Amino acid sequence: MSKVLVLVEHDNASVKDATLAAVTAAGQLGEVTALVAGSDCDGAATAAAQIAGVAKVLKADDASLANALAENVAPLVAGLMADYDAFVAPATTTGKNVAPRVAALLDVMQVSDILSVEGPKTFTRPIYAGNAIATVESSDAKLVITVRGTAFAKAAATGGSASVEAVSASGDSGLSTFVSAEIAKSERPELTSAKIIVSGGRALKDAATFEQVITPLADKLNAGIGASRAAVDAGYVPNDYQVGQTGKIVAPEVYIAVGISGAIQHLAGMKDSKTIIAINKDEDAPIFQVADIGLVGDLFTLVPELTGKL
Amino acid sequence: MKILVPVKRVIDYNVKPRVKADGTGVDLANVKMSMNPFDEIAIEEAIRLKEKGVATEVVAVSIGVAKAQETLRTSLAMGADRAILIQTDEDVEPLGVAKLLAKVQEEEGAGLIILGKQAIDDDSNQTGQMLAALLGLPQGTFASKVEVADGSVSVTREVDGGLETVKLSLPAIITADLRLNEPRYASLPNIMKAKSKPLAQKIPADYGVDIRARLETLRVVEPFSRMAGVKVADVDELVAKLKAMGVTA
Repeated sequence: MSKVLVLVEHDNASVKDATLAAVTAAGQLGEVTALVAGSDCDGAATAAAQIAGVAKVLKADDASLANALAENVAPLVAGLMADYDAFVAPATTTGKNVAPRVAALLDVMQVSDILSVEGPKTFTRPIYAGNAIATVESSDAKLVITVRGTAFAKAAATGGSASVEAVSASGDSGLSTFVSAEIAKSERPELTSAKIIVSGGRALKDAATFEQVITPLADKLNAGIGASRAAVDAGYVPNDYQVGQTGKIVAPEVYIAVGISGAIQHLAGMKDSKTIIAINKDEDAPIFQVADIGLVGDLFTLVPELTGKL
Repeated sequence: MKILVPVKRVIDYNVKPRVKADGTGVDLANVKMSMNPFDEIAIEEAIRLKEKGVATEVVAVSIGVAKAQETLRTSLAMGADRAILIQTDEDVEPLGVAKLLAKVQEEEGAGLIILGKQAIDDDSNQTGQMLAALLGLPQGTFASKVEVADGSVSVTREVDGGLETVKLSLPAIITADLRLNEPRYASLPNIMKAKSKPLAQKIPADYGVDIRARLETLRVVEPFSRMAGVKVADVDELVAKLKAMGVTA
């Protein structure tokens, strides 16, 4: 049986959701060992040990691993890979930053953003902004994979009882230092794990109108708030709200697109949503080609009315 | 300081790609091709650093078919000083591209290498990170702000949840995110001038690295297409449908 090392995404205290989908994908390849690399990361290691399907947790606790700098994490992973057949990371910004560096250190080609495991070395992945799905087979001795979180069921966060084993970090590369982070604070459900998302586009006019129209509906539905690139570029909302090929990939139960035309790059980020609802005044907008339910009209009257009637 | 900018010729981002009926790939015959949008941003940033006096020379490099020359001419018209084409008809994977670029860097000794964060055809998002690993250099991926000062570079990165700033020793690898800048259009006089700028022609064999493909594409299919939806007449009907799905406040 293959041995698979999974990179745990965490904030030192708890494990982030994206990891759970990566564990499911990794479980389809073999026995799962979770790697928690961080500084003062006991809490995260304890949480990782409880994930169903994790056989063992490796904990690398060192100041040099505090902010998941790729220059320090990648050599650690590459070193551990002597004992593993595959390395799996969630396709988050952390996973996308670290995994290719690991792959090059191991001289293997990474398989990015997989949608399914078709065989021991065969996977499907989206190309051309999700307009085509490729099935690829690796000929490398070891696999390096990133996993699209919305394509795999999440492993249960509890029920497991893996042992935790400490491993040493490979030290500080001296190449890079963490300076600061500005993390947007939000009480809302996180975009990539929200069950319902209300998303706004350029038609919202400005930041105040976006807030005025979208937020009450999202509040009422306990939904995450997303946006098209046009809305982000116009400064209505911060860029971590962006849904699309270059932003976040989401697949909620219900995606409500308000004033979004539906460009290829936006659809790439949300067309796997279970139900898509579009509200747009242009009845020829491409969004209506993927929407399950469409409502044509002025969003400035329709959305408040909808909010009121729910 | 010299800046190296790898650029890729890809299907134009406005074109909806069509999957070939035989499942071997996407039909690129007679399709409009352009510079990968993230690479335009990378070139723009390099040129801005030159305009600020941080960089002395901007070198664009592309790996691909003979027509990738057009992509390089575009970068020269935007303001790059010279270009290198490593010509091959094979599809070179990110690992192979990173190996070739590592050799180019050994010859050029650039202080910064700025790439796009991903190519919109294979959507891999790997080459920059792989290049950094092969050269043993630091990486500032998904950059939305770049500041060079005192022998190091500060890179503000777009990460899930917000922004993060890291400081990298030079030389360094940076990959450009969308919000790094707004790329300029090449003016007609600059397009004319670009025709006389130097463009060196190479082949992969000149660099002696192993670029054979590690991944075999077994087939390419259309994604699952969604069932046609319905349009509702008014908000009441929408509310009724939402309630039927169990979506209520």
